[in-house]
Amino acid sequence: MGELMLDGNAIAGFLQEVFAVEMTTAIGTCGGCGAAGPVGAVHLYRGAGIVLRCPHCNNVLAKIVKNDSQVWIDFQGIRTLELAA
Amino acid sequence: MPGWPGHRAGQHVDVRLTAEDGYQTERSYSIASAPVGTRVALTVQRLEDGEVSPYLTDELRPGDKIELRGPIGGYFVWEPSQGGPLMLVAGGSGIVPLMAMIRTRAAAGDDTETRLLYSSRSQDDAIYRDELERLSGNGLTVVHALTESQPPGWTSYARRVDAEMLAEVSPSPAERPRFYACGPTPFVEAVAESLVRLGHDTQAIKTERFGATGR
Repeated sequence: MGELMLDGNAIAGFLQEVFAVEMTTAIGTCGGCGAAGPVGAVHLYRGAGIVLRCPHCNNVLAKIVKNDSQVWIDFQGIRTLELAA
Repeated sequence: MPGWPGHRAGQHVDVRLTAEDGYQTERSYSIASAPVGTRVALTVQRLEDGEVSPYLTDELRPGDKIELRGPIGGYFVWEPSQGGPLMLVAGGSGIVPLMAMIRTRAAAGDDTETRLLYSSRSQDDAIYRDELERLSGNGLTVVHALTESQPPGWTSYARRVDAEMLAEVSPSPAERPRFYACGPTPFVEAVAESLVRLGHDTQAIKTERFGATGR
């Protein structure tokens, strides 16, 4: 699993398209342990989809699945997301 | 790149290729150049079984058009105004975004104290070796670690980066260095864990990991 782990930087382009702002510097708070940190530093696993995990407690922050015409994003583990306005 | 808005050292671009049958694939590549004008340099490592890098390194010709998205990223970036001391740790092609920082520093005439610890398999695998030697001085120190083979008379490190090496090369925690570590995931994990163990502030350690399909 370690070999497949990347970080939030790896989907920065995708996130920028979805949110229309630079997202790696956005601060997310984990719904599991409450740690807050930049999206660029979260752990990222690629499989059939993309899973973002908290670098502190490993809680699943979000899951992203894409096909040619749609994107599904499940933000189950993010309590807050703080973006530059 | 006409209309290039400029970039910050450490940012990347996504390169998208579309096949004749409409199949699309996309990879991220770090920008290697300092933000000067509208020219953007990417350094691409050719992966034998890659989908994008063999095309970029073997097929692409001057004048061909490719689809780019970028500049991307704001987390793993450094600008001279952020100051230092700067401690850069590169594993293999993880040197690329760090090279952009070193080039940016040089282009701006900035003398922020900067140390680069660069791990490569052999001397020939060390990208930018000559340019790094030229840019050394003015506050820039470059230390190579060659993990697999060393030329005769090699006096620098001949092993993988470890905590002892990081302690010797990095500024001390009291100097509050800013760390940027980039390389394959296991390399970056080992570096980050060692730095935390050495007492450096986790907030000051920025990492960028790449896998075989990444940068």
